[in-house]
Amino acid sequence: MTSVRPSVRSVIAERAARELRAGDVVNLGIGIPALVPAFVTPGSVFLHSENGVLGFGDTPAPDAVDPNLVNAGKQPVTEVPGSVYFDSAASFGMIRGGHVDVAVIGALQVSARGDIANWAVPGKAVLGVGGAMDLCAGARRLVVTMTHTEKDGRPKIVEELSLPATAFGVVDAVVTELAVFRVVEGRLVLVELQPGVTLAEVREKTGAAFEWRDAPTPEA
Amino acid sequence: MNKLYGSAPEALGDVVKDGMLLAVGGFGLCGIPEALILALRDTGARDLTVVSNNAGVDGWGLGLLLETRQIRRMVSSYVGENKEFERQYLAGELELEFVPQGTLAERLRAGGAGIPGFYTKTGVGTVVADGKEHKVFDGETYILERGIRADVALVKAWKADRAGNLVYRKTARNFNPMVATSGRVTVAEVEEIVEIGELDPDEIHTPGIFVQRLVLNPTPEKRVEQRTVRQKAEV
Repeated sequence: MTSVRPSVRSVIAERAARELRAGDVVNLGIGIPALVPAFVTPGSVFLHSENGVLGFGDTPAPDAVDPNLVNAGKQPVTEVPGSVYFDSAASFGMIRGGHVDVAVIGALQVSARGDIANWAVPGKAVLGVGGAMDLCAGARRLVVTMTHTEKDGRPKIVEELSLPATAFGVVDAVVTELAVFRVVEGRLVLVELQPGVTLAEVREKTGAAFEWRDAPTPEA
Repeated sequence: MNKLYGSAPEALGDVVKDGMLLAVGGFGLCGIPEALILALRDTGARDLTVVSNNAGVDGWGLGLLLETRQIRRMVSSYVGENKEFERQYLAGELELEFVPQGTLAERLRAGGAGIPGFYTKTGVGTVVADGKEHKVFDGETYILERGIRADVALVKAWKADRAGNLVYRKTARNFNPMVATSGRVTVAEVEEIVEIGELDPDEIHTPGIFVQRLVLNPTPEKRVEQRTVRQKAEV
């Protein structure tokens, strides 16, 4: 991993953290979403992990690892006051039933209508869908974090998905290192440019037409 | 009725047969019935269909049964972390049914509760929906998914009493309660067995009615799959 990538990932995670509201129940995917808690006021949101815990804390110190307590990335986490454990059916009942406020998840492609592909690349070994389809279909708000383009420059925001879909019309926001988009009634709207980024650069690197909403001053 | 067996091999010896469908609890390596999986391997039973969220890793958990080619078909949500699985699958030696994780949990829950099928919006429009009945409720499209009954179910709990009432520990609970209900014969591996009456009836997670056999394994290995700890630099 180069020294550039972590900072790009942090820029995305930091901005994604501002999509969360105090009191939200939040499910975080692996990768960039897992960096989001570092940018959230401790205790302001409740983390949900689909393997069966709501309200958990940071990674433990080496001598405090409990093999009975892991997150969905299979990494050790810690109990906090108010933590609750439950089985997988109840956990996905929370997700599918619309009780989880926000899912922050990575993606390979997002379409202008809010379709998302994040589980299979043709020609590569498909390792499974995990909980992504349930999360995308069920979370009340879906925030996608991803780099704006592939490493070779191909856009990940596209008119139509070319990769196998995870769910259709479910994405609410897309946060990249260049910009923040929202999908509003099936239309893609650019709402914010990351610091130092121009509209021209975003247009050049985005594979779908979008509207540009004026006066999108970043909060903060 | 005595549910306690002297060892995992004794508990599985007369119930596991070639071609059976087994459901196995656990999420990754967390909350897997380690001793029962080893005993299942040692039964030598073949052509098994195994329903489990994951397929273990190379050399541990259900990965052990992939090495011995005892599994013909896996029903799972995610099978990364296992090179042998990938090799057998790409070589066409192993069938695989991908099920979204929440759908898998609900299919086991439904099967155990006598519900043959249910509708869900998870997977609508994707490859998961191929060939399944679609139905519109209140303007939204859902697909029909089937409940799963297992010939034999293997679960891991923390504590049991002699009646088979189970208590799980933290996130090692995961799929185990649903898997327990799905089995025609359910075998539970636990770390401690207490007398009837010693568990608080209000704190039992799986009632013993779902558990036919018990095996004591006081010292499971409990491997941690992704051992990240504090003091790390930025990811």
